Amino acid sequence: MKSVCFYFKIHQPFRLKRYRFFDIGNDHYYYDDFINDEIINRMAEQSYIPMANTLLEMINSSNGDFKCAISISGTAIEQLQLYVPEFIDTLKKLADTKCVEFLSGTYSHSLASLEDPEEFLREVKMHDNMIHRLFGVKPKVFANTELIYDDDTALLINSMGFKTCLTDGAKHILGWKSPNYVYNSASAPKLKLLLTNDKLAYDISNNFNNPEWDEYPLTADKYIDWIAALPEQEQIVNLYLSMDTFGTFLPASTGIFDFLKALPYFAKQKGVQFTTPSLASDKLKPVGELSIPFPISDMDEARDVSAWKGNDLQREALSKLYATGERVNLCSDRRLKLDWEYLQSSDHFYYMSTGKNAAGAFSPYDSPFAAFTNYMNVLADFIVRVEEQYPEEIGNEELNSLLLTIRNQAGEIESLNKEVKQLKQNILNADDSNNSPVLTPVEVLEKSDVEAPAKPDTPAKSKAKRAAKATDKKVAAKKSTTKKKSTK
Amino acid sequence: MKALMFGWEFPPHILGGLGTASYGLTKGMHNNGDMDITFVIPKPWGDEEQGFAHIIGACNTPVAWRDVNWDYVESRIGKYMSPQIYFDLRDHIYSDFNYLNLNDLGCIEFSGRYPDNLLEEINNYSIVAGVIARTVDCDIIHSHDWLTYPAGIHAKNITGKPLVIHVHATDFDRSRGNVNPTVFAIEKDGMENADHIITVSELTRRTVIDKYGISPDKVTTVHNAVIPLSQHLLDLPKPENKDKVITFLGRITMQKGPEYFVEAAAKVLKKAKNVRFVMAGSGDMMDAMIKLVAKRGIADKFHFTGFLKGDQVYEMLRASDVYVMPSVSEPFGISPLEAMEMGVPSIISKQSGCAEILDNVIKTDYWDIDAMADAMHSIVTNHALYKTLHDEGIKEIHEITWEKAGKKVIDIYKKVIADRSQKQ
Repeated sequence: MKSVCFYFKIHQPFRLKRYRFFDIGNDHYYYDDFINDEIINRMAEQSYIPMANTLLEMINSSNGDFKCAISISGTAIEQLQLYVPEFIDTLKKLADTKCVEFLSGTYSHSLASLEDPEEFLREVKMHDNMIHRLFGVKPKVFANTELIYDDDTALLINSMGFKTCLTDGAKHILGWKSPNYVYNSASAPKLKLLLTNDKLAYDISNNFNNPEWDEYPLTADKYIDWIAALPEQEQIVNLYLSMDTFGTFLPASTGIFDFLKALPYFAKQKGVQFTTPSLASDKLKPVGELSIPFPISDMDEARDVSAWKGNDLQREALSKLYATGERVNLCSDRRLKLDWEYLQSSDHFYYMSTGKNAAGAFSPYDSPFAAFTNYMNVLADFIVRVEEQYPEEIGNEELNSLLLTIRNQAGEIESLNKEVKQLKQNILNADDSNNSPVLTPVEVLEKSDVEAPAKPDTPAKSKAKRAAKATDKKVAAKKSTTKKKSTK
Repeated sequence: MKALMFGWEFPPHILGGLGTASYGLTKGMHNNGDMDITFVIPKPWGDEEQGFAHIIGACNTPVAWRDVNWDYVESRIGKYMSPQIYFDLRDHIYSDFNYLNLNDLGCIEFSGRYPDNLLEEINNYSIVAGVIARTVDCDIIHSHDWLTYPAGIHAKNITGKPLVIHVHATDFDRSRGNVNPTVFAIEKDGMENADHIITVSELTRRTVIDKYGISPDKVTTVHNAVIPLSQHLLDLPKPENKDKVITFLGRITMQKGPEYFVEAAAKVLKKAKNVRFVMAGSGDMMDAMIKLVAKRGIADKFHFTGFLKGDQVYEMLRASDVYVMPSVSEPFGISPLEAMEMGVPSIISKQSGCAEILDNVIKTDYWDIDAMADAMHSIVTNHALYKTLHDEGIKEIHEITWEKAGKKVIDIYKKVIADRSQKQ
């Protein structure tokens, strides 16, 4: 029996406001609230809400036979929470049907997998925590930003415990092979790969409303027929679509929602099943290994990462951004950490693309140069803020160990204080009872011993630098224990 | 095809962009093959590049009969043109112009510049055009800019050949809307009498249609191109500067928006210390600009060079890290193209015609000094941006050739000639 799996992608970045170089150091708010509000409201009204309602209806009318997956970024969720909270409720309803699977991904739809493996792991964890908090499920299948994938990324994905990953069925990778099978990764053989069927997805996203297409108009029975007519052994068709295509690029008036609603009926007739990626992955065995040494994505004709890393401007911006990553993760300023997320969104880099990759109508900027200038101004201010957190002359490694020492000392002081209290109590008890006066001098001696290191309490907490003096000797000795604590 | 062109300037003796554009276009058309071009200018200096066009000087064209022999003519004007042409022209004098101030060859004197008695000179040029049009065989007449429109109309009336006029600028650009009625009348007359109008940008095309009331189907845009710079200019060494140099280069007049450059400079200098600004050129707003610079308190970092001649222009560009053209209204604007060819990243106003065809430049509104300052700052602080604009700019400029522009003009000629023969 053939299975079809729909994946709907939802993402919105926090678009930056016009930020001039003389704002650097003066203005620490970077986002264009008006545009972000306007876009997400428009998208929700035209696309997300009617689409989610359509999916609910499809699930209900088919008694749960219709299944699909949703891949939503953390920044999109944040914006929805801010501006369209009712949509989050609709998503929860979808999650409650158990017919919709939420995929894992990067929090800010970032390029961290290409730039900074540690940051990538952190982003995914943050994303999945948010999904769990909102929808009560831990994502089991991974779909990276715009399906970016290569052999190195596979190792990272596998290390996080994922068994299945979705990526693009790029022609130049597959060659004669069909995307309608499950494969496994060459570098991490336990990781199953689901590949998108770009042709069939394109027929919906781009051809549905294209009167010049020779198969126009596309109807639900014709579409299901095509899937049913695929070779016997081809068991799974993965259709990865951007949710905002429905209702905007394909307006409701084209009948796109009715097309979707009719799919479960015809699928049942032809014996085509709907599935979620987890179910598909459990059921199907990989037919072969895929080695993908260079990153692929679902972007443009080339299906590579040149839309974000294709020119010097983009590479420069990316390298400057990720160079601060380690420092940012040492900081504890909440606002700073949020900005760090928002600035990572791949969209900012897409706006800088030139030539045939140019973002054009999707970009809020006049030109890639304007996008670059604006982003670099914001980044410059961000970097200033990061540097202000801790003195610049202390290296990351040193800083890290100092911070750990401080954190550790706080714990130590606390436990020592407790001990002191305990001992004081003991003395008092002893005084009260006058039972064993011989013991008292020994305990008093111990007490003064203990109090000595506890005294530089306040300075140690306030500044890393001063703490350095007091604790230099202990650093080496405590390193092993502190590390264990920090990972918890 | 034979074309008779009327122009006012021709390199190397040029006063503005008109001469460069006329030269580039003529050469580009010639390189398309099968073009025989006669180019009339008020006063040749003898060092003009020939070969692709026959240059006739209006100051060497007789309008009254003088009995002179071959050797005398040879000795007088031999270095400008062949004496044979002089005698051919002399055979076509159509009226007695002895009342004019003529020289020993029966020719009118021309300054070839923009003198105070410009209108008189334009009129004289048109008289001479009558003689030339009767002598030189042509299929089409092409007039460059308003100074030569009367000559073009005159030639059209005599020969009955179609007239194409080339609008390099209008008085609306030069005066920020404060047009001179006499100039406007000459321009409008030329446009109405022309069979087709070529404009150097969509911006100019809109002006011609909206302000002069010309039918849109008669107006076509052919964007200017750039003549590849000679190797010795490209090889000029870049001086070692500790500071980055941001340059304004052009006439310091209202049209070029110099005050916006100064204001943007003041904004940049508040933040960045390793930047210097240069305003190269001269013009009627120079004194006002010097005052403004002093008022903003940036005179230690802001420099004036005065008028630059010949290679000095390119030496200045070579020493620059950013070129800025904040023109309020620029029909085309060739200098950013030259700056790009020298590898200097450019910031241009959206109100310039060349913004229509350039991608690898930063475009801002001329009044948006914040955006302009931001772009300046970004180029001098982000090497990646500098490098991209530098590399891609050079590549882009090499694609903009006069051959392509020339081809478009030839196609317009063909269409105009075909239309005319249909009517007859």
